[in-house]
Amino acid sequence: MIIQFICRAILLGVPLLYGSTGEIVTEKSGHLNLGIPGIMYVGAISGVVGSFLYENSCGNDIANMNPLLAVLIPLLCTIVGSAVMGLIYCFLTVTLQANQNVTGLALTTLGIGLGNFLGASLINITKSELPSIALTKTSSFFAAKLPFADDLGFIGELLFSHDFLTYFAVIIALCASFVLNKTRVGLNLRSVGENPATADAAGINVIKYRYVATCIGSAIAGLGGLQYVMAYASGVWSNNAFGDRGWMAIALVIFALWKPSVAILGSFLFGALCNANNYIQGLGTETQELFKMLPYIVTIIVLIITSMRKKREHQPPESLGLSYFREER
Amino acid sequence: MEKQPAIELKNITKRFGKTVIANKNVNLTAYRGEILSILGENGSGKTTLMNMISGIYFPDEGQIFINGEEAVISSPKDAFDYKIGMIHQHFKLVDVFSAAENIVLGIDEGKYNLKNSIGEIKKISEQYGFDLDVEKKIYTMSVSEKQTVEIVKVLYRGADILILDEPTAVLTPQETEKLFSILRSMRDDGKCIIIITHKLHEVLSLSDRVSVLRKGEYVGTVNTAETNEAELTEMMVGKKVNLNIKREEPKNVEDRLIVDNITCVDRLGATILDKVSFTAKSGEILGIAGIAGSGQRELLESIAGLQHLSSGEILYLDAKTGKTENLRDKTPMQIRNMGVRLSFVPEDRLGMGLVGNMDIIDNMMLRSYSRGHSMFLKRRKPKDLAMKIIHDLDVVTPNAFTPVRRLSGGNVQKVLVGREIAASPTVLMVAYPVRGLDINSSYMIYNLLNEQKEKGVAIIFVGEDLDVLVELCDRIMVIGSGRVTGIVDGRTATKEEIGLLMTKSKQEGEDNG
Repeated sequence: MIIQFICRAILLGVPLLYGSTGEIVTEKSGHLNLGIPGIMYVGAISGVVGSFLYENSCGNDIANMNPLLAVLIPLLCTIVGSAVMGLIYCFLTVTLQANQNVTGLALTTLGIGLGNFLGASLINITKSELPSIALTKTSSFFAAKLPFADDLGFIGELLFSHDFLTYFAVIIALCASFVLNKTRVGLNLRSVGENPATADAAGINVIKYRYVATCIGSAIAGLGGLQYVMAYASGVWSNNAFGDRGWMAIALVIFALWKPSVAILGSFLFGALCNANNYIQGLGTETQELFKMLPYIVTIIVLIITSMRKKREHQPPESLGLSYFREER
Repeated sequence: MEKQPAIELKNITKRFGKTVIANKNVNLTAYRGEILSILGENGSGKTTLMNMISGIYFPDEGQIFINGEEAVISSPKDAFDYKIGMIHQHFKLVDVFSAAENIVLGIDEGKYNLKNSIGEIKKISEQYGFDLDVEKKIYTMSVSEKQTVEIVKVLYRGADILILDEPTAVLTPQETEKLFSILRSMRDDGKCIIIITHKLHEVLSLSDRVSVLRKGEYVGTVNTAETNEAELTEMMVGKKVNLNIKREEPKNVEDRLIVDNITCVDRLGATILDKVSFTAKSGEILGIAGIAGSGQRELLESIAGLQHLSSGEILYLDAKTGKTENLRDKTPMQIRNMGVRLSFVPEDRLGMGLVGNMDIIDNMMLRSYSRGHSMFLKRRKPKDLAMKIIHDLDVVTPNAFTPVRRLSGGNVQKVLVGREIAASPTVLMVAYPVRGLDINSSYMIYNLLNEQKEKGVAIIFVGEDLDVLVELCDRIMVIGSGRVTGIVDGRTATKEEIGLLMTKSKQEGEDNG
């Protein structure tokens, strides 16, 4: 049962890990992108639309489907869909100098609205009786386990039984951590988020870094939406089922102190906290709601502790949320 | 050996907007193996000129030659490619990075390997005698350590033309001496060093030649060995210009505000005001002159109740009641409630003075809202006042409902000064009231101040243009590095006299007591 609990926590945590890795990469460039919930939502629906079209083009017969294409098409759709959202964010905040908070919140509303519109349209097309759309065939490709997982007992279940997007999430987080801390690109990116004027004077193209980091970050976050639909929800899309995972991903960024490597464990912890209510016997519905607050409470505690310790390395990038324009008197 | 020109400027002109000319026809040459000082008052265009060499700004007219070839420097990166390195007055460093990370930032060559880079940085440090801990984070460093990082940063990039903007402004005398010996060793190594400064004794002790700018124009270049303080001061402040500002004899002069030995320390523990004492008298304009950042702002803010003082008193003598009130450590509201009619026109007009997004009427209300008794706003009186100011001061605005940030600088200033004067103050403090204003608006402000003076207001005028100060003010107090370096009579003082008092260094200030 403990193994099951942990696996469940990981499954729940992975969308958060994608979301927060994407948001960390974005925030390191100085962009506080509060559009992440909307971007993850758009990422999810883009993947759903892609796989829906592919399933239909194969006559809804699993035998006709190419496993590689069945995975790659939704993946590509998600990346493009969420990166476009990131591009909109950049255009508004960098090129037009709009306020980052307002832009982000607008994108969240836009993304969720767009997702629900597309979701409802697909449901309409299928003339389904349930208010949901099932892409179980595609999902089966996404959820494929490693072949030897079942032979290794509980270790196999713990370490090798997950869908490939879960491993991918951890790899991306580790890569992000490596790039940020060990490469020149990472150094430049961090300097853009900390002090864009300095970066500019050092010959770094602030605008380019902000655009690229935000679009890549958005694409990563969008994958979280896809993983949620294909792995967690077994390919079933229903409007608004994604819930507040996007906000939780942003909370996780703070919890992880802007470090992707910490976000890996943090996401599993958040997953466990979200899920704890299902494993504790005899909880009323109202107490269950209390349990769902746990990730946010933990985040607030982390904020209190880091604020008290005042260690500069644990603070957000100094120019987070601020637009940059070269000073002309 | 024939001296080789490293950088030549020909007829450089730079404008900001349509009216402000920051540099006009500047011609300048700096050679390899020499230290060239660029000397000038505040706003003489020194930093703008250097920013054009380092790629921050682009000149509107003129040419730049580097090593004899014409160069187009349109970005900081271009400047690096020409081996030009600038050390800004406000350091451009990332606080949470280590010294080494800051030094390699933005370099795009070779494999990223911090260890190798650290080795190279250490080699440079040893060559010129820097004392630098490469692993140390910037936010734990002292100002002088940060400056070292900046200098090593440009050397690491292979710069052989170094520009330092006011490098000694933040250093102690010992640190300054150390910096100078490093600069001399770099000069002997064949580098071209340009140092921007307004401290005469540093110019004389360090540089080989001095180029002087005045109000954006190039005045001339002299060899340091063949000049002296008096000649440089004259070049810097120029011949007296007659502005024809009327100045009446002060009437009914009595002490209004006595500032007694105030000391003010900033957040980081640096002393901003050091035992400043003076008296502002009714019916008189007291000018305050000094290099920017010598404590002028903090002085006015102390009086206005916006700065915490570590010692000293600010006494207000009330003419009506004959009582003496102590304003130290009172909030602006408390000061107002004590019946002290203090008006303050801060230098940051749209930051501290007015709210840019609000219209003229609402900005009038900022000063009077507490007089209302109902929970709803009554806009009639402020509206009358706004209309009166627009009419009396010729404020150019579509109407009274235009957000003030949409007005031009001069009109913003008129609105602010108009509001402060409407409160019929007994003490009026103005900081750089004509900065960025055209001639006509400037004269209107001078006339307003003179009217107030005639009404018996004690006026404290912080200015930067010495010509204006010596024509407008009855007395002029000069401050340098937070100390009063002298109080002179506005009618007899010369610009040279004030200029010398302004450039007195910390050390000299101490010597003279």
